Amino acid sequence: MADSDLQRSTVLASIRMSLGQAQASDAIDAEYAAISRSYKLTGELSVYALLDLFEDRLLEYGAGVYRASAAEIGATIGSILRRRGKSGLAMPAGVPMEWMAEGFTFVDATGFDAYELDKTEGILSSCTVAIAETGSLVLQNVAGQGARVLSLVPDYHLCVVFADQVVETVPEAFERLENTSTLPTTFISGPSATADIEMTRIKGVHGPRFLDVLIVV
Amino acid sequence: MSEVPVQHTQWNALDFPDAAKVLLEDSQTRKNVQHATNVIQGKRNKVVAELPDWEDLREAGARVKAHTLRHLDYYLTKFEENCVRAGGHVHWASDAAEANRIILGLLRRHEAREVIKIKTMTSEEIGLNATLEANGIRPIETDLAELIIQLGKDRPSHFVVPALHKNRQQVREIFQREMHLPELGDKPEDLATAARTYLREKYLRIKVAISGGNFLLADTGGMCIVESEGNGRMCLTLPDVLISIVGIEKVIPSFRDLDIFLQTLPRSATGERMNPYNSTWTGVHPGDGPKEFHVVLLDNGRSPILADKEARQTLQCIRCAACLNVCPVYHQTGGHAYESVYAGPIGAILTPQLHSMEEGRSLPYASSLCGACYEVCPVKINIPEVLIHLRGKVVREDQATLAGKFSLWNIGMQAAAFLFKDAGRLSMAEHMGLVGQKALVSKNGFIEWMPGMLSGWTQTRDLKAMPAQSFRDWWAKEKAPHAKSADDGGVR
Amino acid sequence: MRISLFITCYNDALFPETGKAVVRVLEKLGHSIEFRTEQTCCGQMHWNTGYLREAVPIIRHFVKVYQDAEMVVVPSSSCVAMMRDHYVKAAEMDGDAKLVADIEALLPRVYEFSEFLVRKLGVEDVGAAYPHKVTYHASCHSMRSLHLGDIPIRLLKNVRGLDLQPIQNMQECCGFGGTFSIKNADVSSAMLSDKVRNVLNTGAEICTAVDNSCLMHLYGSLHRQRTFVKTVHLAEILASGYAEAQG
Repeated sequence: MADSDLQRSTVLASIRMSLGQAQASDAIDAEYAAISRSYKLTGELSVYALLDLFEDRLLEYGAGVYRASAAEIGATIGSILRRRGKSGLAMPAGVPMEWMAEGFTFVDATGFDAYELDKTEGILSSCTVAIAETGSLVLQNVAGQGARVLSLVPDYHLCVVFADQVVETVPEAFERLENTSTLPTTFISGPSATADIEMTRIKGVHGPRFLDVLIVV
Repeated sequence: MSEVPVQHTQWNALDFPDAAKVLLEDSQTRKNVQHATNVIQGKRNKVVAELPDWEDLREAGARVKAHTLRHLDYYLTKFEENCVRAGGHVHWASDAAEANRIILGLLRRHEAREVIKIKTMTSEEIGLNATLEANGIRPIETDLAELIIQLGKDRPSHFVVPALHKNRQQVREIFQREMHLPELGDKPEDLATAARTYLREKYLRIKVAISGGNFLLADTGGMCIVESEGNGRMCLTLPDVLISIVGIEKVIPSFRDLDIFLQTLPRSATGERMNPYNSTWTGVHPGDGPKEFHVVLLDNGRSPILADKEARQTLQCIRCAACLNVCPVYHQTGGHAYESVYAGPIGAILTPQLHSMEEGRSLPYASSLCGACYEVCPVKINIPEVLIHLRGKVVREDQATLAGKFSLWNIGMQAAAFLFKDAGRLSMAEHMGLVGQKALVSKNGFIEWMPGMLSGWTQTRDLKAMPAQSFRDWWAKEKAPHAKSADDGGVR
Repeated sequence: MRISLFITCYNDALFPETGKAVVRVLEKLGHSIEFRTEQTCCGQMHWNTGYLREAVPIIRHFVKVYQDAEMVVVPSSSCVAMMRDHYVKAAEMDGDAKLVADIEALLPRVYEFSEFLVRKLGVEDVGAAYPHKVTYHASCHSMRSLHLGDIPIRLLKNVRGLDLQPIQNMQECCGFGGTFSIKNADVSSAMLSDKVRNVLNTGAEICTAVDNSCLMHLYGSLHRQRTFVKTVHLAEILASGYAEAQG
């Protein structure tokens, strides 16, 4: 027997010895299904209250929050970039043409290595779902969001969130993620931060130090 | 495979009372610990109070964890199958030496001279850094606090905020010295920026990373890591090779179960509604993250704990450290007094069990059983109950030795048990106590010094002398004669 | 109602005044009190120190003495916590199904003193008067095991002339913890020192609680430091000043 197989059977045998008689898998699955989940699964807020809550949470994290109608996305992105002093952004494949504000440079960063990403002014992306109660954006490796490094290495992230992507609770977000649960997924709640020094949350360690969220209503 | 020299961090050199004594004299550390734990507790209480379903979340989390532990082999093999199908490699390590050997083997295959690391308790547990250094590989900690610990040649004292015993001035001194930044300020922002600059070049260059893991997801074969700074994401996505060393108890049945733990863990750990970053991924994904992904499933003393039905709940722990932050003992001593990788109340029950009760035997006694830890635990581990259970084990094992049998503690406790079985004996002992205490009672009616093992009490505390008349004597004299019938108050 | 007083071992020997006060308050409320002389201890010290087997006969003795009692009142929350949190487990450990059943039958009739007044008798004002500045120390077991909440505070607020001072970090342990105070004397002392500082900061003359064990610990330090702050069990406050109050 190879070393690795031996280790595997040693660990499993030790677990089984401690646990005693194993049950059939369908009995285990039934026991699991019977676990009561009395915690709050769905939210109760109206759309407006929901978006306000989401915005409050993001502001608390120190993110910038903007709102625009679908028709104004490009123009609003332009004004956000002007305010941030950016000349353009990198982006994953699949970002709609209408988002690319006039007068700014947008480059497809698919396949960029970390050094190239490090040199960009920031990244523009969409998200899969957002959670109001925790002020979180959930990004997955799909068109418009791309590989995980894209929203990590650049120092600035601008994320576009559609109102119908915002849910109130964490369980609602997981319900929406159910079918894509194996994709690389990142929950982002505010700019990179640490509380390691005297338990004070301070912005900006290794991830993007600046985060703007554009809510499309 | 050739033998790999395994280096262990030196822990368990002192018993808790002795180690605590040293720490109690370090007023700066105590001040830092008390400040940090107060801040974090305040934040935690606020964000927990926001959730009306907090108790339901605790209950569900406890049930999911307890269920998984009851069927741990089933869920681990399910995880393995799904992880391998998604392109991951799964290794099993029954002890620290084996885990080190596996990791070192992988690093050698990739000819790694340096590795970047995300804060991981399992790595601390198996003494990985020392092993790597002894084998010519430089481990670089990327979590701000772990970096402070590593550069300061210190030991972690808390498993969410490992450098919580250091204040900003102390951190600045370490960074000034080790990063050659004589002008560095002591604002937390300055210190974080220094860490960002110091590490960024390493993230971009180093091709192998080592992490722990918060959750293994059996139904997808995926993993979840919860972090704040983005250093975790750097390690998880930039290198070509990722090795995650994870305790076997970290598996949960389903991705969906994260809807519980991603609510309870951040609020309990750092007092935030959500920590800045959570990552989940499954095996390898072309064009996103490492090309090679290894999970080392670490037993290292965990599986025997499953056999103890009372103490099994210890393995429900999700390492939020809320029990440390709320613990009045931890407040006084900080984490180093526990002489163990895992400090605080959870460390006091986990450490001795991981070592088959051969090490850390003083730890189950490092608690006043105040119950604050159980109250905050997001997976409802009844820590006081397990502490008492383990004390029971310690006592039984001690009683089996000659020295233990004739120890003052055992003799005293046996004598007390003898008295408490019979009121007549107890009453007689009370009268004898009155006579016996005479030698100790000062003129002011207080005992200011006691001998032997009782001396600890009178170091800082007086003891009021026993009054001349016990309650039962008073009752017999004043009340019993007036009782309505002779039967009242009698023996049943 | 016939109330059986379980005085507890340490109150019997060290704090008889507390027992007398319980008798006084309950008699004033019109109840008759009995004292079963065979009583000894609840077994907490043994159980909590890890002498689990040794605790079982003590528990069995308690159950035997009180099995047929109508109501048992205990002026110590930690002893009641011992019973509620650990008795069944101890009996199960001993494999004694009859004892388990007896415990389950008895425990609903066992009350901590302040809990008995408010939750069982529905009395929040016993008519006491105590013209002193008082602070209340919430013992761990009263908060986290018995969940007394503000019961003792409500009782204190109804005492004539009593000036109740809030204390900082009320929820934190005083560091007694039974044998913990001996086995880990240094840490226990450090915890005590924080608690005493908070007590002194209230400016109160009296620190009260529902557990004499904590109070003994606190007073040990208050006395050593030569402060004039005294510790008094809640029952003794509630048994004060009847003559004045009744005018």
